[in-house]
Amino acid sequence: MKGWMDKFKALFLVSGIALILSGCGNPYLSALQPKGEGADMILDLMILSIVIMIFVFLIVMAIYTYVLVRFRQKKGNEDYVPKQVEGNHMLETLWTVIPIILLLILAVPTVQYTFALSDTTPETTEGEDGENAEEAIWIDVTGKQFWWNFDYRGMDIQTSQDLYIPTDRRVYLTLSSGDVIHSFWVPAVSGKMDVNPGKNENEMFLNATEEGVFWGHCAEFCGPSHSLMDFRVVAVSPGEFDQWVEEMQNVDPDAQPESDVAQEGKELFAENSCLNCHAIGSSPAMMGPNVTNFGDRSKIAGILDYNKENLVSWILNPDKHKPGNLMSGNYTVPSREDANKIAEYLMTLSPSEIGPDDAQDDDYLQPKKKEESNNEETENKEDETAEEESKDEE
Amino acid sequence: MSTHEDVLSSENLPHEPEKATLEGKNKFLGFWFFLGGETVLFASLFGTYLALRNSFGNAEGTPTQELFGLELVFIMTVILLTSSLTSVYAMYHMKNHDFKKMMVWLAITVILGASFLGLEVYEFNHYVHEYGHTFTSHAFGSAFYALVGFHGAHVAFGLCWILALMFRNAKRGLNLYNAPKFYIASLYWHFIDVVWVFIFTVVYLMGKVG
Amino acid sequence: MSTATLEKRGFGATLWDYLTTVDHKKIAILYLLGGAFFFLLGGLEAMLIRLQLMVPDNELIGAQFYNEVMTMHGTTMIFLAAMPLIFAFMNAVVPLQIGARDVAFPFLNSLGFWLFLFGGVLLNCSWFLGGAPDAGWTGYAPLSIWSPTHGVDFYAVGLQISGFGTLMGGINFIVTIVNMRAPGMTYMRMPLFTWTAFVASILILFAFPALTIGLFLMTFDRLFGANFFVPDMGGNEIIWEHIFWIFGHPEVYILVLPAFGIFSEIISTFSKKRLFGYSSMVFATVLIAFLGFMVWAHHMFTVGMGPIANSIFAIATMAIAVPTGIKIFNWLLTMWGGNIRMTTPMLWAAGFIPTFTIGGMTGVMVAVAAADFQYHDTYFVVAHFHYVIVGGVVFGLIAATHYWWPIMFGKVLDEKLGKWTFWTFFIGFHLTFFIQHFLGLIGMPRRYWKFLPGQDLETGNFISTIGALLMAVGTIILLYNVIKTTVKGEMCSQDPWDGRTLEWSIPNPTPHYNFKQLPLVRGLDPVWIEKTQGNGKVIPAEPVNDIHMPNNSFLPFMISLGLFIAGFGFIYRPDTSFGYVLIAIGLIITFGSMLIRSLKDDTGHHIHKEDLEKEGAGVE
Repeated sequence: MKGWMDKFKALFLVSGIALILSGCGNPYLSALQPKGEGADMILDLMILSIVIMIFVFLIVMAIYTYVLVRFRQKKGNEDYVPKQVEGNHMLETLWTVIPIILLLILAVPTVQYTFALSDTTPETTEGEDGENAEEAIWIDVTGKQFWWNFDYRGMDIQTSQDLYIPTDRRVYLTLSSGDVIHSFWVPAVSGKMDVNPGKNENEMFLNATEEGVFWGHCAEFCGPSHSLMDFRVVAVSPGEFDQWVEEMQNVDPDAQPESDVAQEGKELFAENSCLNCHAIGSSPAMMGPNVTNFGDRSKIAGILDYNKENLVSWILNPDKHKPGNLMSGNYTVPSREDANKIAEYLMTLSPSEIGPDDAQDDDYLQPKKKEESNNEETENKEDETAEEESKDEE
Repeated sequence: MSTHEDVLSSENLPHEPEKATLEGKNKFLGFWFFLGGETVLFASLFGTYLALRNSFGNAEGTPTQELFGLELVFIMTVILLTSSLTSVYAMYHMKNHDFKKMMVWLAITVILGASFLGLEVYEFNHYVHEYGHTFTSHAFGSAFYALVGFHGAHVAFGLCWILALMFRNAKRGLNLYNAPKFYIASLYWHFIDVVWVFIFTVVYLMGKVG
Repeated sequence: MSTATLEKRGFGATLWDYLTTVDHKKIAILYLLGGAFFFLLGGLEAMLIRLQLMVPDNELIGAQFYNEVMTMHGTTMIFLAAMPLIFAFMNAVVPLQIGARDVAFPFLNSLGFWLFLFGGVLLNCSWFLGGAPDAGWTGYAPLSIWSPTHGVDFYAVGLQISGFGTLMGGINFIVTIVNMRAPGMTYMRMPLFTWTAFVASILILFAFPALTIGLFLMTFDRLFGANFFVPDMGGNEIIWEHIFWIFGHPEVYILVLPAFGIFSEIISTFSKKRLFGYSSMVFATVLIAFLGFMVWAHHMFTVGMGPIANSIFAIATMAIAVPTGIKIFNWLLTMWGGNIRMTTPMLWAAGFIPTFTIGGMTGVMVAVAAADFQYHDTYFVVAHFHYVIVGGVVFGLIAATHYWWPIMFGKVLDEKLGKWTFWTFFIGFHLTFFIQHFLGLIGMPRRYWKFLPGQDLETGNFISTIGALLMAVGTIILLYNVIKTTVKGEMCSQDPWDGRTLEWSIPNPTPHYNFKQLPLVRGLDPVWIEKTQGNGKVIPAEPVNDIHMPNNSFLPFMISLGLFIAGFGFIYRPDTSFGYVLIAIGLIITFGSMLIRSLKDDTGHHIHKEDLEKEGAGVE
């Protein structure tokens, strides 16, 4: 399906317009510089439609310019009465049929891609890129005013604001909202999907083809801080992701931080009932963002630069940074001193060595399974026995 | 040509007094278009109702199968359909310039319409008190009362309209000025009748069946 | 009262005349004033939006206020500026173009205007009463349902009232065009503006009731505890989206089709040529309207309707490009071989063609459902619909203002200033919106109160704001032109543009009764036919006779006022029992006025033959 599009795209690249398109914008945000399967497919469609449209536009403009130059009233010619033409069936048929053909050319890939992009049935083939349906990663995404929660289904992992995914495989998302409608959009990786409350749950997949910390936006108007409901998708190599999963699963919510200040902060965090809303670990509190790996956050609240000063400022007055957020007014504002300690504590929460930095370096770790077995035959056997064992256990 | 006085006179009426003047023709056509708009109005309500039928969310509610009883609704249907027929008789007499008979049949129409409305009030009252099925209890309740209530409001408005016309013209008699008014009021009455047939089918019959 | 001369009358008498008028020409002026006022208000809101987005992380206005401004900009421009301005020209021109003395329902016509005005005023009262609506002009539930201020209540009630007015206007024009055409004015001889007004009216008739229901459901949810859109109580927020767009998409065509009609008139007149492919233009108009009802869900590709529904709506949407393309080429071919005069209206028409073509092309692009996953709710879409709505509708309305000013006010707007308006507005427009396509593609969602630094969005937004300021300059020049012409301009001849359609056959100023004798229409472009084949005067179809005209009435004003008062009552009923008092007062005024209207015999008045002959003017 994609074959002819690729050729077409290659042809088009020569003409340079695609180059211009990809020249602008932030490489981790722009839909014109795709770093994922979905965004890649969509850019193909965009280019196809732009080419057709520019073709039409040039024809219209050619006639338009000619007409305006050639038939403009000349001096001394004011009384000239042109022939009153009724129409021309030939021409009229022509400019009805040609657009229909052009639209059909566009309609076929539109339908193909529309189906392809909404296909969230995990691939079951065991090909090179495929994975077992059972091994598919499903993440339950919840949008709330004005933050995001990510619950890794069956893995006992929850994060907020930063979504960790492995590169080069599809990750499946279910999207639902805890309040109003939001929309989940990571332009560089894939198109957007609405995040509805109630029964209207949606599914989509993400497949990042490069490592990176990708910018995510809320795209459906959701209240005062709609423009500040940012998040990040941290795409790390499969091996790094496996490591992250393991370390996140083994997190100890009660672990004592090393420094005294941070320890005090931990106590304050508990005393001030922060835990009622902000969970550490995989417990589904979900009133406020989960802070299990707060120490690795790429941004504070999705928008502020990650440093202690900003964190303290947030704790003291969140409304200043995100108007209309639901934390303001619903907690006891600590003193600046206490806020400092809490911030100190939160910034020590880093259960995994894998963080946003790993998405930006050159390390690419293969998934563990493939690393372990260099011999394919033994791998298959091992897998089979492993499956049998797991069945036995059940 | 018709002058000022002609329009208000009850003498020498043409065969179709409702369409004899330009104003009458305009009213006639305009009202048909208005009914087209009303169709969309009710279609939107029907769509909403079908989407929210038996949808209770976290609230408790009685599903349609248990809630509705067909007997009362059937009687209501018969009454409203009959009232449509009586308004046809009224229009028949209007075309024959028999003002008195027209008024009689209109009065019967009004009585039937009022009894329909009375039964509907009783029905709603029953739902509210026996089943706690109210406008605010859940989405199904909202959708049900919005659709059926909108129709009921239309019936009530139609009654007021026909009554106003009857009182206003009791002494004037039929003329070219008010014949179109009677005629479009009867059109309106037919329309709400047709809507009721759909409500009966979509809300009650389909609700009872599943 | 048999002539239209209003001069030398006291201010009070003139005011009373306008408050009670049922004359379509005066109602047109009222619509124009009302629409222009709201257009300036909406423009002011647009300026605030652009200034806020001029630089990253801007704190010029707060988030809540920004959302109110953004919501009101959209709502005002669509419902309170574009719609009434379209109605202004429909009122001013359609009866004249079809050779009628008035519209079918003069009373309803007046009622429609006052409902629109009171609805608009009610909506804007929210600014002073705790905050304007803040849920976007689309008012998506449940955000709109849970919005804490009364803003959204004002939105629901205000639009409901003005929506009734629009619906009445729509029915009025359908019946006028069907029943009141002059002898010989067959459907296929109607000027294209009349055709588009006709089709747009049909769209109004079938689209607005959906909005009525949507707003009712919203009102019930917000003010009467219903649960249509509350997920926890079994409600479904997607219903609102469907109902809103079943109305909202045809609304786009309601606005743009009359603009197409305006340009068809202008291009034909100033090319001195008959409209090329008239029948296919009519056919395309009807087809666009028909398809316009089947594509609403292309606003909802990302809602999660599934690939089948998305594909169907995608293809249906693309299909609309075909009739639209037919129109573009017909306009080009009308100019082909013509003798084109570059007057201000023609300049706007010339600016419209490339602008609207771009808008149409991006329209096809967003119709590609899969690709819309990227475009949707970004500045790409903002750019697209401004190219269509500004490039199509606003350009059309400004062109019509220049073109039909002589019909409405008997004077020609200053041509030099008109050209200045065009160039500043045109350049400003493209500067503002062209870059926004790219802003969307590189990751800027719409309705953003602020954009954060570090996303490479700075340059685009800055350029856009500069463009918006230039558009403001263009609007101010237009305003100055209007004032200058009104104060200093001289009355022009009855046919300053060498027109082709019936409105140019009427003496200036237009008499109260329009046509002393109804004209006999001998073909498309009747005035042009008489100019080239006859003696230049339209042939009368009847001898001079008494003319029947409707009486003025103050009741439309009262009915609307009653609803206005009751509207406040409904909004404040949950807070205070005084709300019930307001509801009662309002409804008594409204229904009382309706009852008076119903009980009184009002058969209009006659202008007598003798008086008409004395005046001497008119077709002969």
